[in-house]
Amino acid sequence: MSRIGVFVCHCGLNIAGTVDVEKAARLMSNYPGVIYASDYVYMCSDPGQDMIKEVVKEKKLDGIVVAACSPTMHEITFRNTVASIGLNPYRCEIANIREQCSWVHQDNKEIATEKAVQIIEATVEKLKLDKSLVPLSIPITKKALVIGGGIAGIQASLDIADSGYEVVLVEKNQSIGGHMLQLSETFPTLDCPQCIATPRMVQVGQHPKIKLLAYSEVEEVSGYVGNFKVKIRRKVSFVDWDKCTGCGLCIEKCPVKVLSEFDEFLAKRKAIYTLFPQAVPNKPVIDSNNCLYFTKGKCRACEKNCSVKAINFEQKDSFIEEDVGAIIVATGYDLMDKAEIGEYGYGKYEDVIDGLQAERVLAPAGPTNGIPYRPSDGKIPKEVVFIQCVGSRDPEHYYPYCSKVCCMYTIKQAMLYKHAVPDGQAYVFYMDIRCNGKGYEEFLQRGIEEDRILYIRGRVSKVFKDGDKIEVWGADTLTGRKIEISADMVVLAMAMVPSQGVKKLAEKLRLATDEYGFLTEAHPKLRPVESLTAGCFLAGAAQAPKDIPEAVAQASGAASKVLSLFSQDVFYHEPIIGSVDEEVCVGCGNCVNICAYDAVELDLVTKVAKVNPALCEGCGACSAACPSGAMQQNNFGKRQIFEMVDAFTKG
Amino acid sequence: MKISYFPGCTLKTMAKDFEDSALASASCLGIELVELPRWNCCGTVYSLTSDDLIHQVAPIRNLIRVKEQEDNRVVTLCSMCYHTLKRANKLVREDREKLDKLNNLMYREDVKYDGEIEVLHLLEILKNEVSFNQIAKKVKIPLKELKVAPYYGCLLLRPPEIGLDDAENPTILKDFLESIGAEVIDYPYQTECCASYHTVVNVDLVVERAHDILSSAINQGAEAIVLSCPLCGFNLDNRQKEIKEKFSDFKGIPVFYFTQLLALSLGLDEKVCGFELNFVDPRHLLKSKHLTGRV
Ligand SMILES: Cc1cc2nc3c(=O)[nH]c(=O)nc-3n(C[C@H](O)[C@H](O)[C@H](O)COP(=O)(O)OP(=O)(O)OC[C@H]3O[C@@H](n4cnc5c(N)ncnc54)[C@H](O)[C@@H]3O)c2cc1C
Ligand code: SF4
Ligand code: SF4
Repeated sequence: MSRIGVFVCHCGLNIAGTVDVEKAARLMSNYPGVIYASDYVYMCSDPGQDMIKEVVKEKKLDGIVVAACSPTMHEITFRNTVASIGLNPYRCEIANIREQCSWVHQDNKEIATEKAVQIIEATVEKLKLDKSLVPLSIPITKKALVIGGGIAGIQASLDIADSGYEVVLVEKNQSIGGHMLQLSETFPTLDCPQCIATPRMVQVGQHPKIKLLAYSEVEEVSGYVGNFKVKIRRKVSFVDWDKCTGCGLCIEKCPVKVLSEFDEFLAKRKAIYTLFPQAVPNKPVIDSNNCLYFTKGKCRACEKNCSVKAINFEQKDSFIEEDVGAIIVATGYDLMDKAEIGEYGYGKYEDVIDGLQAERVLAPAGPTNGIPYRPSDGKIPKEVVFIQCVGSRDPEHYYPYCSKVCCMYTIKQAMLYKHAVPDGQAYVFYMDIRCNGKGYEEFLQRGIEEDRILYIRGRVSKVFKDGDKIEVWGADTLTGRKIEISADMVVLAMAMVPSQGVKKLAEKLRLATDEYGFLTEAHPKLRPVESLTAGCFLAGAAQAPKDIPEAVAQASGAASKVLSLFSQDVFYHEPIIGSVDEEVCVGCGNCVNICAYDAVELDLVTKVAKVNPALCEGCGACSAACPSGAMQQNNFGKRQIFEMVDAFTKG
Repeated sequence: MKISYFPGCTLKTMAKDFEDSALASASCLGIELVELPRWNCCGTVYSLTSDDLIHQVAPIRNLIRVKEQEDNRVVTLCSMCYHTLKRANKLVREDREKLDKLNNLMYREDVKYDGEIEVLHLLEILKNEVSFNQIAKKVKIPLKELKVAPYYGCLLLRPPEIGLDDAENPTILKDFLESIGAEVIDYPYQTECCASYHTVVNVDLVVERAHDILSSAINQGAEAIVLSCPLCGFNLDNRQKEIKEKFSDFKGIPVFYFTQLLALSLGLDEKVCGFELNFVDPRHLLKSKHLTGRV
């Protein structure tokens, strides 16, 4: 016979205001298997917990039910309470009589009390069959993988490496830096991104604990928290980076010029190229789609000029494998594809450019040295129209979300334009101006007052070319008037979208994404840097549009999560997981198919299901799917569920 | 191919040239447009008032006429009719309750409407069933050297749910005109509104808008405008009288229905084109390009 104690909490009046807690305790003290029952005003308070401890010791209880709020609130509290006096924590159960009873039945105390008693009875029945479980302990490989070398990935890598743990940083481009390195200057302080980011890039390049794998992509991921196995593809660069000294002679001698992705197609690069002068690593790659040798079979000028014989036209992709304990995904963003947008003449008129192109045009180290010559004819534009929310906040056509940084960078770009062309005029069409950051509103005021940026609240209806002008028609919704501006250049603040290929990567990592492809955090408020997959963390614009300060803060947050994981030698995992009765299992494989975490497999030899305890998240899908009843969830066994149902339906 | 045809009021009066040239061209391309018996006015303006079902009786009644012919499609020529019929059709397809009410209002009809009719514009038939390639093959007099500016106006394109092409960057008229050999002029005003029925009470507004639209096309080198709506036609063609009074430097430009040029290019008898009904006489232009007087 069990020796169970029941503790009914008043939760002030939250429960006691509706449920007759004394009556519930009285009824429960006569219930089979229960040898003690009482009520108390706040069970979670110190006196409440002390009372539980004393009763458990005095009455030699072998299990307790706390009838209180939802187990998501205080299950851990009470399990720790009983564990502190030597009772197995899994012999403590919570009966939720607040969220599931008192709060929803405030108008009928009698029924509420009756239901509360039933909930407690059912929980007692479950407890009777609960096993004493021990958390699993899993060893941890104390090395982290960071995917994406933008400012978020850089920050996370440095934080972890500076704490003494090894980091593998995988970046798909030939240099780290991400979009930040393309920017002109950064709001709200107008410091140059190179000045603040390149020291960190150099640190990454030289850090003894960081293994930087540029021009590489994650190919396969297996394993689980603490024990991931990652296969990484090092893309073929046709340059032996170990030999290459980064002298740049090959680039100088290469005869081919193509539009540069880094300069957003506003300037040219060579077929063998680095992204920008401060690149880390500062090693070139050959773009085989445009290289004369690959397309026409001749040239090899780079090879001839390389004194250390680093060029290797025979090079192939290579693969390396790494064991890591935690993964941070910091794959950043892209701007929405111009092919998607029909309005505004983007892609049709050269002088209609997007936000990143404007950054390049305004960048002091950019293709025009910061003087905003317009792309079509190199003239200095005297009237520039900025259009915000292009593709953002437009649920009917494109994306419903706010891209968050465009309001701010539009101020910055209009300001920089005015600094370069003081007699020019900058107009901004906006829906709202969202300046919600430290120093942001002041930045806007400065733009309006000192630089005389003209803000027009309304949407643009039409953009078309008339001679060498770009005509912009729009509405000023504050005066109700139609506005027509003959502009020289138009800048579109296009929506930010997740970087290309992130969906595929997310599948490999078993990460959830929202409907637009941004990675989903475990909890929007309380677990913003964790993913739902244990051991995988998120940083930067891969999770949602963000600016640099936010991306960096989240990266440090993700790094600290990794460090707290690495601070233990083993990782403890909930024992409430699926377990197979091998005698009963027929090997149908239903559980294997249904498991969202790839935690179940069929044993090759015995042909029965086998649960990988480290991967199992205890969702219970497999036990529901199992036709033979062989797969059961620890402490949520079929018999337990039936006993609970019986308790509810007996009356 | 036979298909039910809804002419609409204007096509029988002011825009007779539109109808004659369309029927003749269609039949040359193997399409028999069978005029609906007992058709009535399309309703003219699609009513945006939600509690105003009576205005949907006219268009839906016409669709009942189509159903009676045991056809499941109806073709229109006028953009306005196309818009009104198609939009009313969409409304009742999506709102069962309104459809039931309309059927009850028309309880003396022999058949009930159930949303089964497809409303099409002749341009869609030319594009999707005949195909512009096929038309190009049948062209006898390619309109080489004729610089034409397509004009869509509003009702073929907006709202996008019922438009027959991309509301922002339509190409159907351009593709059509290229298939009959014309040189197509791009200009930004091709989807601007002509001011529509303001022509009744606010002539000044129409004159201004029409002037902007026509001048933009002329500045891009257009020698003629091509459209598919008698009301746009009235505003852009007939109103050139008032435009000239207001803007003395306005030179004028002929305005065609797309079917007039189709008939011409297919080498049909010039009479079906009804050029004498055009306000700005296009015959001099066509002659100067050696496009008329050949057959
Ligand atoms: C026009 C414009 C102007 C801006 N101006 C400012 C400003 O003034 N101030 C400010 O605070 N913010 C500004 N921002 C925002 C800023 O760009 C972002 O906050 C910041 O770049 C986010 O950094 P990140 O590391 O998260 O992403 P990213 O910079 O996008 O870096 C992601 C990195 O991951 C790599 N990557 C992507 N996918 C993979 C993969 N599958 N495998 C490996 N590597 C991968 C990419 O190559 C890239 O290097 C601006 C944004 C725009 C669009
Ligand atoms: S010439 Fe050789 S060493 Fe110099 S950058 Fe090119 S590949 Fe590297
Ligand atoms: S940040 Fe500003 S411009 Fe960008 S989508 Fe949000 S509101 Fe629009």
